[in-house]
Amino acid sequence: MASLIGSYSLIFGLGCSVLIIFFSVKDFNKSGNLNSKVISFTFLQLFFIVVSFFGLILSFVNSDFSNETVFNHSHTTKPLFYKITGTWGNHEGSLLLWLLVLTLFIFLFLLSSKKEPKKYRILTLLFQQVIIFGFFIFVIKTSNPFSYIFPIPTEGLGLNPILQDPALAIHPPILYLGYVGSSIIFSSVLAATTLNYITKQWAKDIKKWILVSWIFLTLGILLGSIWAYYELGWGGFWFWDPVENVSLMPWLALTTLLHCILVLEKRLILTSWVIILSIATFTLSMCGTFLVRSGILNSVHTFANDPERGLFILIFLFCLIFLSFFVFFFFHKIENRNTSNFFWLSKETSILINNWFMMYFLSVVLIGTIYPIFLEVISSEKISVGPPFYNKLIIPFLIPFLFAIAIGPKLNWIKSDFKNKKYLLLFLIVSLILSIFIVKNFKIDFLLNTILITSAFFLFFVTLRDLIVRQFTNLSQSVAHFGFSLLILSILLNNIFSTEIITNLKIGETFQSEKLKINFESLEHADKQNYKSLVGKFSIESFDGKVVVLNPELRIYNQPNIITSEADIKTNLLTDKFITMNIVHNQDYFNIRYQTKPYMVWIWISVLLISCGGLISFLRKKYEK
Amino acid sequence: MYGRKVKLRLFFILLLLTTLALSIFLILKSLEDNVVYFQSPSQIKLLTEVTKKKIRVGGMVKNNSIFIKSKKVRFVITDFKNEINVVYSGVIPNLFAEGKGVVAEGYLKDKEFFLATKILAKHDENYMPPEVKAALEEK
Repeated sequence: MASLIGSYSLIFGLGCSVLIIFFSVKDFNKSGNLNSKVISFTFLQLFFIVVSFFGLILSFVNSDFSNETVFNHSHTTKPLFYKITGTWGNHEGSLLLWLLVLTLFIFLFLLSSKKEPKKYRILTLLFQQVIIFGFFIFVIKTSNPFSYIFPIPTEGLGLNPILQDPALAIHPPILYLGYVGSSIIFSSVLAATTLNYITKQWAKDIKKWILVSWIFLTLGILLGSIWAYYELGWGGFWFWDPVENVSLMPWLALTTLLHCILVLEKRLILTSWVIILSIATFTLSMCGTFLVRSGILNSVHTFANDPERGLFILIFLFCLIFLSFFVFFFFHKIENRNTSNFFWLSKETSILINNWFMMYFLSVVLIGTIYPIFLEVISSEKISVGPPFYNKLIIPFLIPFLFAIAIGPKLNWIKSDFKNKKYLLLFLIVSLILSIFIVKNFKIDFLLNTILITSAFFLFFVTLRDLIVRQFTNLSQSVAHFGFSLLILSILLNNIFSTEIITNLKIGETFQSEKLKINFESLEHADKQNYKSLVGKFSIESFDGKVVVLNPELRIYNQPNIITSEADIKTNLLTDKFITMNIVHNQDYFNIRYQTKPYMVWIWISVLLISCGGLISFLRKKYEK
Repeated sequence: MYGRKVKLRLFFILLLLTTLALSIFLILKSLEDNVVYFQSPSQIKLLTEVTKKKIRVGGMVKNNSIFIKSKKVRFVITDFKNEINVVYSGVIPNLFAEGKGVVAEGYLKDKEFFLATKILAKHDENYMPPEVKAALEEK
């Protein structure tokens, strides 16, 4: 029943799209206010999709296996929470979520843009409806969440247990808010370009949308990363895996856009950058969906997939890119009046430098992600690109980039100099001494690491000083930049100080090294709602006599029959103690991995700080200096 | 003569192009050094010389081939045509089992022996790495 309502709602929603396009085209050249029909239909469309979405949730809750999506991804013994979150844990449901967010955002846009010119609002709506229409066709044609199966199965296939996790339950909606939020930026930038309506006021309004999308994208990536850290059991938080890369790429583009829009807001320059970056962000978000869902990526995160869907998104993507380039080249008038008064030492130059660095990082990630696909198509050779590639290409450029972030915000708009900046030199010397002190104890490349850590410390001190000295002027920037410096610093120190022991143990055995003893004391069995649980008890005794007890878990799920391991992590402000236990098929041995990961918690905190910076900027009504 | 502005702009464009060309060259150069090629046991048999580069080997874990000790795991990867012995110490993913698909990353000792440094974990029990699927289909 719920499925049926959902299915019809979806078709009504598509109908609304047609009506909205019809009425807004008709209304476009008329004077006066925006036709109220247009707003009503936009609301109606949102309503239908919400109904449709709740229809799907209800089918999941009731375990209605006549619905193919529910059959494929749910099971009666699954806890209620995961029945609900399972709604968007699969391809069909997640696309419905895309649609929901697409329509929600355009509705919010119409409500919040009453002061803007009518033509601009209508055109934004039209561009957005083109996207919505495309997604409707995509959902209904290739991935209808309400397909009917007969005879009705009595039991579903179950949700992949690795997805049955609180962080991953809310990860897709938040990430999608970020991805799809960029659609509004895309639509309104195209509209503004067409109408030649790029002004300082416009920049100020669009900045809000950029911030919303950026905050959610940042949080979405953070959640995914935390999940990977404790669920995949490798003790890392970023693997340079294609699926991770596709979320990083829109983030890089969006972050650059955020900086550009500040310049545009202040000085009305860099308009081409803003347009191109807006297009890039949305296209990369769509590419992300395409690459993840089509299954052409060879990723450790790969889930079941279907190539036909990929083809549709690819065609749709090309149409959108074509449309946006058409708008860009035919309507965008490049003004020369402002380009000439760039002074080499000014805030806008430093932001421009930031742009180039970001574009470089973006292209490294892009090439690393798509080159294997490309090579396989042309030569059928199969390759994979791993962390060494990214490390080699990104780290050397990270060093000047970090210095640029430290110095850039210190400069004034238009023209600047280096007066009263002596403390910078002091910070530099302190950072250098600190990093030499750290690096010399390790057998790692001395020169590169010293310089790298120096630059990270330097940025850390400079941003920390800003946070304290500037107090409330430009708080958002201080917080976000401080967060970023903390992130880089924690990642670097985490990399250097991490230790790892991997061994195979039977119950009762002890692993011993010079520094610690790992004692596998016992194994307890328990039956849970939809899995059997094996909890190991490990006591880890360090050489100074301190004992820590850790209890990693193995879960043997009944449907589908999969084993997952849940890491046990003892976190404090200085270090994480991380242990995982894996079963080895038909053997008495358990594969044990014990890691210490210093400053892990600071990585999460720093990303939170970065998004807090965005939030502060979003909440601030008054224009910041 | 051209104006100063035009010259400046020309210089800027030239600078831009050089940086672009240089960065693309750098990226492609390090791709060459850092990519990991995938090979099936049959492809390894056909090699004329054993490379020192890191590769990935994929196929099925042969039945009754897993031997485990406290430090090492030994098993055999097969594509049902040829097989290769693998020695590995490190994290063993939960889905690693006899009769299931596997991808191991590491170095060839010779054509018979492979020293693995990583076994790749997959999320889905029905999931087979595309390379393994292709390798199995080729037979």
